[in-house]
Amino acid sequence: MMDALGEPQSVLVLGGTSEIALATVRALPARRLRRVVLAGRPSAGLDASVAALTASGILGVVAQEFDATDTAGHGPIIDAVFDGGDVDIVILAFGLLGDQTLAEADPNLAVTVATTNYTGAVSAGLHVARRLRAQGHGVLVVLSSVAGDRARRSNFVYGSTKAGLDAFAQGLSDALHGSGARVLVVRPGFVRTRMTQGLAEAPMTVDPEDVASTIVSALRKGRGTVYAPGPLRFVMAGLKALPRPVFRKLPM
Amino acid sequence: MTTSSVNGRSPLHSDDRERLLSGWGRTSPTVARVVAVGSIDDVQALIAGAGPRGVLARGLGRSYGDAAQSGGADVLDLASMSGISLDPEGGVVTAGAGVSLDALMRVIVPAGFFVPVTPGTRMVTVGGAIAADVHGKNHHVEGTFGAHVQSLTLVDGTGERRVIGPNDGGEEFWATVGGMGLTGIITEASFDLIPITSSLISVDTDRVLHLDDLMSHMIARDDEYRYSVAWIDSAHPSGRGVLTRGDHAPADWLPPKRRASPLAYSAKALGTVPPVFPSGLVNPLTMRAFNEMWFRKAPKSRQGELQSIGAFFHPLDVAQDWNRGYGPRGFLQYQFAVPDQAAHLVAVTLERLRAIGALSPVTVLKRFGAANPAPLSFPQPGWTLAIDVPAGVDGLAGVLDGLDELVLAAGGRLYLAKDSRMSPAMMAASYPRLGEWQRVRDRMDPRGIFVSDLSRRLSL
Repeated sequence: MMDALGEPQSVLVLGGTSEIALATVRALPARRLRRVVLAGRPSAGLDASVAALTASGILGVVAQEFDATDTAGHGPIIDAVFDGGDVDIVILAFGLLGDQTLAEADPNLAVTVATTNYTGAVSAGLHVARRLRAQGHGVLVVLSSVAGDRARRSNFVYGSTKAGLDAFAQGLSDALHGSGARVLVVRPGFVRTRMTQGLAEAPMTVDPEDVASTIVSALRKGRGTVYAPGPLRFVMAGLKALPRPVFRKLPM
Repeated sequence: MTTSSVNGRSPLHSDDRERLLSGWGRTSPTVARVVAVGSIDDVQALIAGAGPRGVLARGLGRSYGDAAQSGGADVLDLASMSGISLDPEGGVVTAGAGVSLDALMRVIVPAGFFVPVTPGTRMVTVGGAIAADVHGKNHHVEGTFGAHVQSLTLVDGTGERRVIGPNDGGEEFWATVGGMGLTGIITEASFDLIPITSSLISVDTDRVLHLDDLMSHMIARDDEYRYSVAWIDSAHPSGRGVLTRGDHAPADWLPPKRRASPLAYSAKALGTVPPVFPSGLVNPLTMRAFNEMWFRKAPKSRQGELQSIGAFFHPLDVAQDWNRGYGPRGFLQYQFAVPDQAAHLVAVTLERLRAIGALSPVTVLKRFGAANPAPLSFPQPGWTLAIDVPAGVDGLAGVLDGLDELVLAAGGRLYLAKDSRMSPAMMAASYPRLGEWQRVRDRMDPRGIFVSDLSRRLSL
């Protein structure tokens, strides 16, 4: 249960190696944390995430086998986590960036990105929402992206999956209105992570820790949508208003 | 649980009985289905059909934290279990669990009786008063509410209707007193009343300029009074305060014009705090001003002033919904009980909260008398301090955790009816009889049906 001072006792991360999600767990008030489930494909990386959070003094960090693309497995896994006790915060953090050029050449690669980022998230999101509604409280944090605000020539496969995810999360938020559970949609810009390694940094680039502190602050304020960094909200509003022929020619 | 739309209904559907419930502090709300019950049959049917999120009774929602809410559960509203049957010969009343002390007093005061114990608000139910084992200004001589209960009727977790009392049923009765509603649904109780000949209280008031003097005054002379409590100026470094002590005035102390109807009683709230309240209203500046005003308004020393029941016992009922004054982040009340040897924790607590700007309009100090046999009953001999704090104050969580450690080390504990943030470890360590209580509770509720957000948060 979240206490009166907004300190959670339990967190579930779907996509347990996500640097943004892990930074968010570290940025949460940790006094009352007693269960952190990192769900992801079994890997050395997942084990390392468990070890790193544990080493930072967080109690009850465990790994849970979970595959975003195995949607049939989502229900039983998410049920098992919630059957083990109420979950105060769920971070839906799995996702692939993919390579736009390769995906254009091999649509199967695009399908993998779409299946993970959109189909997998729809499935996991609905299962989580069902359990949050049943417990009458809790927050689902959905890691969307500014890339979903407007599709760009250079990464529209990824962008379109985030656009779909973002629309799904907004609708889910409305569906959960009045249920005690809520959704926080997070739209980061360019974040320095493994996912973006080797790519040229965009203006307003931030670190996972910056996104994490934006998320924690939004959780405290009960916000529904948040950009990271915050001023990106205005940049994106401007970009969305540009006429297509102009937008197409922008160097990005 | 994965089966969903078997009956064509989405698992994300809403139910028109769903309500967002929180405690008086308006922090950490959750949604539950609120179900009105009017009979023991209704209660038994709900227990038989209890879902995985369980069942919990809720009275008037005056516990500050999450004791009377349970996310996803069926929350029972017993307001219509409102029977009151007074036995004037025996000085005993039998009342439905949903009866408020307010409603009860309107019946018993004109008949020459007073409730055995009243907290600072009369807007609590009989069921809630037993579940929280509430205390009042007479604790140092007369103990808690539960100590005056002769018997109660409860539906346990197996659906069985039980009548239990302090002697027959002993263990289960005392697990229910202070058991925060987790041993069953209390439907009715019979308890002793205090005979009175007037509805007025004879009150002695003293302003005291230093906390140390205030406390020695209370140690020396509390025994002379049935009722005693001190209000402290939380904004002032001296810990100055106002001591009010008194007893029911005999009818022949009343002025001639009141003697014709010495038991006349009316009680109404004077105003309502508007629902849209500027959230900055409770801030260090207004709190300093309020505390100063409250201190000044008390007489330096006055003996034998006749006050109404409402004015003396229920200052919190002067304005309805005053809890909204803290704004959307809400507030909490930190209340501990510590033995006499740890009296210094009163000053330490006031200092540490003042240091982070957590000033309170309501700061109450009282001496507790003997504890009762209930394993989770809060009062124990020594001091209790209750202080309201806005939940949004920076650094509050750390300061309160630090105070918890001191309270625990001193052999003290926090009041479950007020708590909204202690750790499960603090709970287990400060209530050493928790295990004993859990064994009795498990017997009374073998399927674990009675669950609250408090019981989840503290692993009760």
